[in-house]
Amino acid sequence: MATAPEQQPTREEKAKLDAEFASLYRAHLRDVYSYSYYRVGNHHDAEDLTEQTFLQAYRHFERAQRESDGRPLRPWLIRIAHNLAANYYRDRSRRPQTPIDDAGVLSSPHTTEALVEDRQDLKRILDGVQELPDDRREALIMRFALGMDNREIARALGRTDGATKVLLHRAIRQLEEIVKKAEGPTG
Amino acid sequence: MPGERTAEFEVRLSRALAPIDPPAELEARVEDTLGSLVDMAADELEAWELRAMRDPRNWLRPAAAVVVGSAAALGLVVVRTRRRRHKRRAAAVNALDLAGKTLKDAAKEARRVIEDTTPGR
Repeated sequence: MATAPEQQPTREEKAKLDAEFASLYRAHLRDVYSYSYYRVGNHHDAEDLTEQTFLQAYRHFERAQRESDGRPLRPWLIRIAHNLAANYYRDRSRRPQTPIDDAGVLSSPHTTEALVEDRQDLKRILDGVQELPDDRREALIMRFALGMDNREIARALGRTDGATKVLLHRAIRQLEEIVKKAEGPTG
Repeated sequence: MPGERTAEFEVRLSRALAPIDPPAELEARVEDTLGSLVDMAADELEAWELRAMRDPRNWLRPAAAVVVGSAAALGLVVVRTRRRRHKRRAAAVNALDLAGKTLKDAAKEARRVIEDTTPGR
């Protein structure tokens, strides 16, 4: 039986694909980096993870675009980062470190006292995020650091929209409890 | 109210999980790496085209590449391909073989012309 000829893009198709990938990269570099940073907790590993994510995305971009049916590719990109981060923990047998020193809020104008209080509040929340089960932590990072909606998060995590809504709700409730406990009776 | 408390907590959560800007050197690093990959992919595509030329079902593709080129480039391909027709005729076993060799030669010339006329190569 004769086999079908191997399908390869033409030069023109390839150039178009590369240009589209460049747009995707520019649009979502910050998202992938933010996600990676909150997952691994340090800039060095977040940089590696971001780079690996885009390399892997480039390899499978044509297929992803074909199968996306016109839907945004951000959930697919974040899913790649999510899988790579899972491998990262498995390979290195480590848990995420707590990010706090470089949190974006430090660039806001504050008085010294307010700044200290604010930092403590942030630290409690970020420590609490790290205490959450993996899927809840993931969902919160996607919602609050990346601004993804339920549908996007559902696609990135491979869940239904309804299950994602419940997951987010429970994650917020659990985190609220953790933080309240950390603040103590006066908090 | 519990709803208000949760909304307030979500505001604090948004501030705690603020988006982080990637360092400038990371952008440069990723762009460099992707640039190398794009070049590698182009080389791979070229190699695939050469391999594919052995399969007559793929002869249409390089011919189509010629069409994409400018009229001047097409003229150049034809001239260069014609220039070597005596050589091909002498080497061909039969008419089908000659047609195949002519197409191959045209595709090779087309590729050369495209490369010669593409800026930055």
